[in-house]
Amino acid sequence: MKINWKTNLAWLVIMVAGFYLMNTLILVGVINAFIENMLVMIGINIILATGLNLIIGFAGQFSLGHAGFMAIGAYATAIITSSVETPVGFYIALIVGIVLTIIVALIVGIPTLRLRGDYLAIATMGAAEIIRIIINNLKITGGAAGIFNIPALANWPTVYVMVCLTTIVILNFIRSQGGRAVKSVREDEIAAESVGINVFKWKLSAFVLGASTAAIAGSLRASYLQTISPNDFNIMASISVLIIVVLGGVGSITGTFVAAVVLGVIDTVLQNFGALRMVIYALALILIMVFKPSGLLGTWELSLAKIFNRKPKEVSE
Amino acid sequence: MQTFFQQVINGLSLGSIYALLALGYTMVYGIIKLINFAHGDIYMLGAFWGYYSINTWHFSFIEALLSSMIVGAISGVVIEYFAYRPLRHAPRITALITAIGVSFLLENGMSYFFTSDTRDFPQIITQHNYNIGGVLISNIQILILVTACVLMILLQLIIKRTKMGKAMRAVSVDSDAAEMVGININRTISFTFALGSSLAGAAGVLIGLYYNSIDPLMGMTPGIKAFVAAVLGGIGSVPGASVGGFLIGILETLFQSIGLSAYKDAVVYGVLIIILLVLPAGIFGKNMKEKV
Repeated sequence: MKINWKTNLAWLVIMVAGFYLMNTLILVGVINAFIENMLVMIGINIILATGLNLIIGFAGQFSLGHAGFMAIGAYATAIITSSVETPVGFYIALIVGIVLTIIVALIVGIPTLRLRGDYLAIATMGAAEIIRIIINNLKITGGAAGIFNIPALANWPTVYVMVCLTTIVILNFIRSQGGRAVKSVREDEIAAESVGINVFKWKLSAFVLGASTAAIAGSLRASYLQTISPNDFNIMASISVLIIVVLGGVGSITGTFVAAVVLGVIDTVLQNFGALRMVIYALALILIMVFKPSGLLGTWELSLAKIFNRKPKEVSE
Repeated sequence: MQTFFQQVINGLSLGSIYALLALGYTMVYGIIKLINFAHGDIYMLGAFWGYYSINTWHFSFIEALLSSMIVGAISGVVIEYFAYRPLRHAPRITALITAIGVSFLLENGMSYFFTSDTRDFPQIITQHNYNIGGVLISNIQILILVTACVLMILLQLIIKRTKMGKAMRAVSVDSDAAEMVGININRTISFTFALGSSLAGAAGVLIGLYYNSIDPLMGMTPGIKAFVAAVLGGIGSVPGASVGGFLIGILETLFQSIGLSAYKDAVVYGVLIIILLVLPAGIFGKNMKEKV
């Protein structure tokens, strides 16, 4: 209990220190608008990828439909804040987006989560594409052109706080009783079922929780970039989140953070290369995967509790 | 009724392209359980090869078709050798990301070296329309259907009648056991990639003739739809891929004709999800019994 208290306090200190560090760097001018934009996009990618890592890495369900849930959050925010231009409107929109996404995730998840492996991947991808095509053809969403001039109600502190909050929620879920049930489903569904775990219920809860973080990321993105269109949420968008998860290591939240930062920085640096950018990006992706197949960090997690508890010559936790 | 048959004819031509692509997906998936995302881009390479060989060397249709099949086969084998072989024992999702990387590389490499402009495919065969009871069929549509059917029959013969085909079937059932009875796994997998990719190369030339325009990103959407077709037919099953391809092609053109063209892709995915829910392993797939 005491150790728990110590690590939680340490993490709190790190989060607050990170916030003030960023604040000072912006005030001093080390972080200009360009870098701030990069950091915010990295933050949004972290929220997306931790949610997907929960579904793929911890629940073992191969979902390729993350962009669809992101689209729902983004469009809910865009439509609501366009009429209620206050911070309160933003938070209402955020909650509406999450609730809508949970409903859609249930509608998508209840039938499709009975499928396995690649069949599930292709079904969720199809569901996300259906969401995108419907948005593309509705009046309220502005059709293929999308929505412009969305009020800028999310700035970097909002994104920072949301990254911390979603990570805390997901990590606590993974380490709770439910999280252990979810991991047992990943390892062996039949064995999990035979010890009395409701396999379907836990698959679905991981799926819905992952989807709702995607909605948060979508609504932050809409509010920060101030413009969205259905093409921002196509199959490639789902795949780019998947790339972050796999590159960092499936089943490692720390890895997701590292991969989101590495890819964000690579992407920004490569913007100087113009057309060659995507060629280098693709080559880097292939080379990392061929030489480090388990991702950058594998399943390793940064854990302060382990560091505090480290005793000489002790291998297990 | 006439428009219905007209749409079925159009759907069959489009569907035979999807079927050719889906065969490559299904064979590769059957043998190494990999969704080869780069498959659609080999089809793009085939179309570009057809474009350049016809324009520069004045190849005839048959020469362009056969040479693009060879180019497709070589690129498939090279990609397998450099990108997928080192990952044979890695987690499947890693190989999937590598496949996506290869797909990015081909698309962007082609856009970088050959510009991303849309090109007009040279029309080496002048189009004639035949009117059969009010239904228009062009000679190009007949050509596409006949070529696709011939290639599919050839493929079936290779898989069922040759020694290599037997080896392919053995490796897809159990690669360890196949290795034990003396089958060269690497050579068999390379051969599978060569076969599948040559079909994709042929499909590229055919679509060039049919739609008359090619660009470096043309492989993305047909690639995904062909994979959907393979899943629909039951992934790993060769007849399933052909049936799935034709089915997707016909569905797409039918929904386009009744004025739902904005929703045609949504309908395709909707049908896919419904079929998967009713038949979780696709139409021709073997349903695996759960073992405890």
